[in-house]
Amino acid sequence: MHEMSLAEGIRQMVLAEAQRHGFTAVRRLRLEIGRFAGVEKTALAFCFDVVMRGSPAEGAELEMIDLPGVAMCYDCMREVEIADRLDPCPICGGGRLVPVAGDEMRIKDMEVV
Amino acid sequence: MCTVCGCGDGAKPGGLALNHDAAHRPGSAHHHGHDHDRGQGQLHFGTGPAGLSVAGVSQARLIEVETNILAKNDALATGNRRVLRALGAYAVNLVSSPGSGKTTLLVKTIAAMAGVPLAVIEGDQQTENDAERIRATGAPAIQINTGKGCHLDADMVGRAMERLNLTPGGFLFIENVGNLVCPAAFDLGEDAKVAILSVTEGEDKPLKYPDMFTAARLALLNKVDLAPHTDADLDAYEANLRRVNPRIDILRVSARTGEGMAGWVTWLRRQHAAKTLAKAG
Repeated sequence: MHEMSLAEGIRQMVLAEAQRHGFTAVRRLRLEIGRFAGVEKTALAFCFDVVMRGSPAEGAELEMIDLPGVAMCYDCMREVEIADRLDPCPICGGGRLVPVAGDEMRIKDMEVV
Repeated sequence: MCTVCGCGDGAKPGGLALNHDAAHRPGSAHHHGHDHDRGQGQLHFGTGPAGLSVAGVSQARLIEVETNILAKNDALATGNRRVLRALGAYAVNLVSSPGSGKTTLLVKTIAAMAGVPLAVIEGDQQTENDAERIRATGAPAIQINTGKGCHLDADMVGRAMERLNLTPGGFLFIENVGNLVCPAAFDLGEDAKVAILSVTEGEDKPLKYPDMFTAARLALLNKVDLAPHTDADLDAYEANLRRVNPRIDILRVSARTGEGMAGWVTWLRRQHAAKTLAKAG
């Protein structure tokens, strides 16, 4: 969707962390991406390589950890894990599900030198 | 001796070692995040900057961030929300595909709300056409051109708000860039996202772009005057909207003929009143 904006957000946070912790280079950066976050991972990886140039994270390895999609089923009123946003409720088969988790897109940690 | 700073070097290594360790606690002025030999019998995995250990990773070099990538936008949105709350203003973020009739709907809304203070922020990639259409009604409007950007962000809206001199107790309408994907993720500080869906777009649009309709509090099914001329099934539109968002409000309107517009204005006034009550309480 807006992977370039996300990569720019990551760059800003890398620069802020570099100032705070006094590191010069990021070796590896781990992101947590929820299933419903709408992030195109290959596009983000491409943008990451381009946007990090000239920053401490230039050439850093990018690792993306998937987080499960959890939704509240408005038919059986239970929280269920679903793989796809439009999947039916695995318990009651209902189709009215509202996501309660899985829209995360955050930097988990960085391995720095 | 500490090879980073040289501390611990000198005549009284015994006494200094303790002080040195103390000085290297996270948060102390001297702390610079490197490992020290902690002596016999101690294996402490929680003293690095990360405060934890991850197998295969040198802990002194792991920095826990745990921060949303859009944290900066979210913080700015919170600032916008605070300003709006202090003003007692209600802000609507209008989202839709290009061509759903957002600007016409706004022009007609402004006419229907004559006497109510309101202002408009228009977002488009290029041109000031939409802001000019709004200004022609007499309402103040700021045009934001995003250039290559596909959505408005909280920084753009905050800067536009500064220039608008918002009236206390009024409404702020933010017309987002026509796009059903990206604007869903960017909080602008609004009180509600309102999605506009025109009856020529296809009944399954909410299923194709569920994120936006999940984020919206109200869906306006617009151009209903065209429905008899097409094969549009308005009930199917509503069923699909409720499938992706069981809590969504839905109103059928035609900005062109005025059908349903009174209900939309009533919805706005009720939301504003509820916000005012919540603030007072």
